[in-house]
Order: sequence, then C-alpha cells, then structure tokens
Amino acid sequence: MGAAAEGLTTDDGRRTLAPPGRRRVTVLARQQFGAYAVLRVADPGGPPPRPGQFAMLAAVERWGGGDGERPFLPRAFSVLRARPGELEFLLEDVGPGTNRLAELEPGDGLWVLGPLGIGFGVAASELAGRRALLVGGGVGIAPLAILQDELTASGAGATVLLGFRDGLHSAGAALLRETRIATDDGSHGHEGLVTDLLAEELDRDPAAVVYACGPPPMLEAVRVLCAEREVPAQLALESGMACGFGACFGCVVPTRDGYVRLCLDGPVLDADRLDSALTPGAGH
Amino acid sequence: MTPLASAADLPTSFCGIELAHPIVNGSGTFDAIAARRAFGPALEETFPFAAFVSKTVTLMPRQGNPPPRLWELPGGLINSIGLPNKGLAGYLTHDLPELAALPVPLIVNVMGFTRDEVAELVRAFAEREEVAALELNVSCPNVETGLIMGADPTETARLVERVRPLTTKPLIVKLTPNATDPGAVAAAAEAAGADALSLINTIRGMALHPRTGDQWLGGVTGGVSGATVRAVALAQVADVAGRVRLPLVAMGGVQRGRDADDLLRAGATLVAVGTESFRDPLAGARIAAELAGLRQEAPAPGAVAFHRP
Ligand SMILES: Cc1cc2nc3c(=O)[nH]c(=O)nc-3n(C[C@H](O)[C@H](O)[C@H](O)COP(=O)(O)OP(=O)(O)OC[C@H]3O[C@@H](n4cnc5c(N)ncnc54)[C@H](O)[C@@H]3O)c2cc1C
Ligand SMILES: Cc1cc2nc3c(=O)[nH]c(=O)nc-3n(C[C@H](O)[C@H](O)[C@H](O)COP(=O)(O)O)c2cc1C
Ligand code: FES
Repeated sequence: MGAAAEGLTTDDGRRTLAPPGRRRVTVLARQQFGAYAVLRVADPGGPPPRPGQFAMLAAVERWGGGDGERPFLPRAFSVLRARPGELEFLLEDVGPGTNRLAELEPGDGLWVLGPLGIGFGVAASELAGRRALLVGGGVGIAPLAILQDELTASGAGATVLLGFRDGLHSAGAALLRETRIATDDGSHGHEGLVTDLLAEELDRDPAAVVYACGPPPMLEAVRVLCAEREVPAQLALESGMACGFGACFGCVVPTRDGYVRLCLDGPVLDADRLDSALTPGAGH
Repeated sequence: MTPLASAADLPTSFCGIELAHPIVNGSGTFDAIAARRAFGPALEETFPFAAFVSKTVTLMPRQGNPPPRLWELPGGLINSIGLPNKGLAGYLTHDLPELAALPVPLIVNVMGFTRDEVAELVRAFAEREEVAALELNVSCPNVETGLIMGADPTETARLVERVRPLTTKPLIVKLTPNATDPGAVAAAAEAAGADALSLINTIRGMALHPRTGDQWLGGVTGGVSGATVRAVALAQVADVAGRVRLPLVAMGGVQRGRDADDLLRAGATLVAVGTESFRDPLAGARIAAELAGLRQEAPAPGAVAFHRP
C-alpha cells in the first residue's frame, strides 16, 4: 500500500506501476464540457499516474456481471488529470460503455484498474532544449491536460494545438490552458484541421518534440508531417482492449518490429516505430 | 484488500501436484510476465492462481492474427488472437526462467500442427523440472489430415498414444467444444493414456462490422468465451465426467465462487478462470475466497450423480 501511494515507476519513468487489483472508488463529480463529460473520482489508495497512462474503468452497478448486457468488459480511458487522492477522466459518449459511465452521479461506485501502460517521455533528455508541441483531436485531448500540467510544473512549458468537429466539441478546450484551436466547421478558431496549425508551428520553428493524441487520421497526418521534417513525435494510440494489462493479446497494433500490445508497450509509441498510425479497429 | 486467507482452506491434489486451492487460469488469458510489468513485485504477493498455465507454445514463433482481434458480446467475448507466441526456442530462453520464478507450479500448454511437432514440444519439456505438467491444445487442424485433432476421437487417441511415452509428467488434454461428441473424444484420450482433461476451450463464433457488414475480426472467425458460454461448459463437463475417471480442469464463463462450485459438483477437480481475469486481474483469488466461503457454509458435496431420463 505504501509503495503504491508513492508510485513505483519503471520504463524510464514513463510507467507508474498499478496495484494488481481493480479498486472500487467513488464518483465525486460529473461536469459537462459541451459534448464531453469529466468524471472526477476519489482514489485514495491509487499511485500518481504519469501523463499518457490510462486506466480500465467499469461502473460497479449495471455493468456485465453475466446478466446478458453490454458493456461486459472494462473500458480504457486516459487519465485527464491527477491530484493527490483524485483522478479525472474525460468521456465521449460513443456506445454502451461510455454511455453508462457518462451517466454516473456523485456517490456512484466505479472500478478502476491502473495506472496502466507507458506514458509520454518528458524528461529533459527527451526534450533536449526543444519546445513541447501538444496536438490533440477530439476526446484525444485528455492525456494532454495532465501532460501540460507536468510540463508547466517542470518549467518546460508547452504549445497546445487542439482540433474539434464543431463548437459543441470545442468546449473541451477549456480543460487546457493557452490553446490554439481549429474546428472543422470554423465555429471556433481556425476553420480546418489541427494539423494545419501544426504545419504552421513547425515551419516557424522546427526545434520541437510533438506529443499527439486523437483519431487515427489525425495521428497519421501528424506522423507524416513530423517524419517529413525529422521532428520527433510521440503518439498516444487507441485500439480495442479487453484487459489493459497484457493478458489477452487483443490490443495489438502493427509496428516496424511486428505487433505490439498497445496496453503494455503503449499507448504512447514513438512515431518512428510506425509505418502508419491508422490502426485497424480503432476509432469510430 | 480481499480476504484471501480462507482460500488456503481448500488444498487440492491434482495428478500428484499439491495446490493451495482449486482455482487456476485458463491458458492464454493471463500473462504473468506482462502482469509483472504492469503491477511489479506486488503481483507475486497476491498471485491469484494456485497453478499457472502458460499461453499455448508452438514449435515456431507466431505473430498471431491481424487486428481487430476482439469483439464484445453481451456477457462475453469473441477473440481471434491466433496463438501469438515466441516459439519453443524463444519460450525456453525468455519465458520459462521467468515463469519458473512464480510462487506456484507451472503447467505448459503446447500445440503442434502435426503429431511430430507435438512430440517435439513434449520431448523438450519432459526433462524440465520447472514444469509440473503439460497441457495439449488439440483445437487445431492436423495439416497432414486436415482434421481438427481434438474434434475426432481417433485423431486424439493417435496423438496421445504418440506423445504419452515421451514424458512421465502429467499430460492434460484440453478438449475442444467444437466437436460432435466431446465425451467420445474424452474417452479416447483416457484410453490412450492421458492423465487429465481440461474443458472447455472457446466455441467458434463470428461478428460482422457494425457499419460495413464486412468481417470484423482479422481472423474472420474467433472463439467465444465468458459468461455467455457458462451453461455450455457445465453441460460438457457433466457429460465428460460421466464418461471418464480422469481428473478434470473445468472452465468456461466462471465469474464467481458459485460458478466454480457448479463445475466442481459436475465432476471437476480444478476450475480455471479465463475471461473474468480481463475484468479483474485478481478474479482468481476472489473466486477462490468465495468458494472457501461456500465451503464454510456447507462442506464439499462431492460430484453429483445427475439423473438422466
Ligand atoms: C489507451 C486508451 C485511452 C483512451 N482514452 C479515452 C478517453 O480519455 N476518453 C474517451 O472518451 N475515450 C477514450 N478511449 C476510447 C474508449 O476506450 C472507447 O471509446 C470505449 O471503449 C468505447 O466503448 P463503448 O462501449 O462506449 O463503445 P463501443 O460500442 O465499444 O464502440 C466503440 C467502437 O468499438 C467498435 N465496436 C462496436 N461494437 C463493438 C463490439 N461489440 N465489440 C468490439 N468493438 C466494437 C466500433 O469501432 C465502435 O466505433 C481510450 C482508448 C484507449 C485504448
Ligand atoms: C483472449 C483469449 C485467448 C486464449 N488463448 C488460449 C490459448 O492460447 N490456448 C488455449 O488452450 N486456450 C486459450 N483460450 C481459451 C481459454 O483458456 C478458456 O478455455 C476459454 O476462454 C473458456 O474460459 P472463460 O470463459 O473463463 O474465458 C483463450 C481464451 C481467450 C478469451
Ligand atoms: S488489452 Fe489485453 S493485452 Fe492489451
């Protein structure tokens, strides 16, 4: 328990080890940000996650249990933000699991397994004097909030570029600070893609490390832009997961060294390990 | 933390192996090496199973099927993982030393595409003292005959006869539910010298892409597991228990102590937890504790004799 509270890290400080069982925690608050819901939960026993790590979540009530309904398996969510004894998650309602989680009320029970996976590499050696460029699309902005907190605390700072479908979704931008925004319909900020903003930034000053999370086409565009300019990029990918801790081999994504389990060797992967960020079965 | 102490009140003997309780894992549903990466040394302190069954090892390395590999069902899962593994040499070098360090006995699950391949795998593990028992996954086609080895009593018997003389370790034959008569296959495996049987493996299933109507799974079809197969597992375990005298490792949809107890009543000696570990990595320990709780209320009933009309 003591070790868990301090948080043992491995993988060059990019992984905080998870306690081996799921924990029953309590929802403290749910707040709506346009199309997204933020769930804040009390997690007194949980170790502090690294930016980019995720957790497997399941509601305690009305979630599988053998009585014949989806959702049955837990769902993966990036840690949006962590404070001592508290975690926040950002939800977009896209199906039965996210729908069930997005209707949880303060006091409701939630199963949490985590923090899981390998997060972003933000050590000074990783940045090597370059600036951090954070690129988020849609609900993929979630791990960038905790990343921005960390980069702000370390004094490194970050430039944040976010892309959304429309005004309802761009309300999520309020979760980060000093953001530049693009919307597909032009209702907020630049009309177009967040990768337009990224190209602009990289043309202005290519001495950057790019940290990105978003839908597969966005990540693929980021990968290509960065590869062309030889800018290092770390991409937080998504794939269908059943367990989150390497047990099922279900979440593999193709890399240059073959399939890797995204829950174990990711979800953050160096872009130069990928031939493509268009991972099969992910996204909507 | 879950009160695990009571699970220690269920010591179980299986093929001469002494286990702390009767709950193990289903092959391919828990990777102890990966779990150690995610959870660190705390995993060993709360190791959820009384023995560890490793994922199917084949002679040559396998990448597994292209993704997507998972489809969620109401109360279950279809997987088309495709048996990715490092192959025999990789397993012996990388995995076996790490798995031997676990606090529980190790059961190695192997599969070959010919009888010779299975023989080579069995021979390789026969002399390894880190290995307590071998499980034969017979849910694959014999490339020489085209028949699923475990779907046919004669094929199964010929395989077991071939490998039986190669080891003194307990040989567990993992039956496939995708057979016309699993009871007949079980009887054939017993006659050919198997020491134990395990069942059920996953049941063939398929899903289509919700938008395009094309195949969803990279492997087209996959195997169904989880709560949704529990009733099938119970029926097959009861059938097989009625046909053989061998100890059985029963699995399929076990989520609670109650489910494990049902399989024990149907004639099993051990119960394996598979898909439920995906929902909770310590499910095995919880189920063992729940089973111990049931035993405190009522002592072991022994296998039930079901009355058939
Ligand atoms: C590491 C990681 C971090 C993530 N972080 C976040 C986050 O911070 N916020 C967030 O909102 N989401 C996040 N996600 C995505 C989130 O996990 C999924 O949106 C969620 O699992 C969807 O579950 P659902 O039941 O709501 O929808 P589902 O019905 O599961 O639908 C989601 C997609 O899965 C596929 N699908 C449909 N039916 C099935 C089925 N029966 N079986 C399998 N697949 C099916 C389809 O492609 C569909 O578009 C993350 C995912 C990963 C892997
Ligand atoms: C993702 C997954 C992978 C599996 N891999 C293997 C395997 O490698 N070898 C094997 O013999 N059985 C494998 N199985 C079958 C399980 O061991 C077990 O027989 C089956 O899942 C039924 O139990 P359950 O309903 O508790 O999951 C696998 C099952 C799942 C769900
Ligand atoms: S989700 Fe099970 S191995 Fe990654």
